[in-house]
Amino acid sequence: MVTSQASLKRDGVQDFVTIRATAIIMTAFSLFMLWYFISTPTVTYEGWHALFSHLGMKVFTFATLLSIMLHVRIGLWQVLTDYVKAAGLRAAVQFVLNLIAFVYVAVGLFVLWGI
Amino acid sequence: MTKHPTGIRAKNVKKQRPVNLQLNTISFPPAAITSILHRITGVALFFALLFVIGAWACSVSSPEGFEAVQQQMNGWLGKVIAIGTISALSYHILGGVRHLIMDMGVWEELESGNNSAKAIIGIWIVLTVVVGVLLW
Repeated sequence: MVTSQASLKRDGVQDFVTIRATAIIMTAFSLFMLWYFISTPTVTYEGWHALFSHLGMKVFTFATLLSIMLHVRIGLWQVLTDYVKAAGLRAAVQFVLNLIAFVYVAVGLFVLWGI
Repeated sequence: MTKHPTGIRAKNVKKQRPVNLQLNTISFPPAAITSILHRITGVALFFALLFVIGAWACSVSSPEGFEAVQQQMNGWLGKVIAIGTISALSYHILGGVRHLIMDMGVWEELESGNNSAKAIIGIWIVLTVVVGVLLW
């Protein structure tokens, strides 16, 4: 009980739900961006800047970035446990990759903040 | 005495078993290929985000940054990264949708599973070609 709470890694059901819930958000964002590029004849700086200065778009973008972090936390763990057998090395690689995922979120947050 | 992986004593197993070391005759079932492609595209997308988020951050920061990104996107390297990223993303989404459909209890049989696997690979190749032609 204590271990499972302290490890931040919850049970399989939570991983199952998280990977799907985040996938839906990221797919929605991808389709929205696809629609934006198809429906906008010429993407200009003004239009591009205006898109991301909209509060709804900021929330959508940030939700997508958070989803990426949660999704890769599970996905990369699944892949690493299959191919990197040495526990120490796997922990190190996972640390670095999760750190990069956090950087994605942090960069996104501060860029959105400044728009 | 050596033990067979299945637990049967090696002595009792027929010695003349077929050996197939001709790599070009060994093929994975379609479902296995979609599985490994889902992993490869997933890992690739994670690293592609370095470029995507970097380019996005630059493009919204200033008109100069926007122009710089546009210039990069017109170069061959930018196009290769963009097409590769969109291709990986489209595959990963297709594979994900297939998983969601299987979660609902359909396409779980050997035949339907392999058919859906072939279908998403087919759709993915078509999408990649379309994106490649449009962006190049």
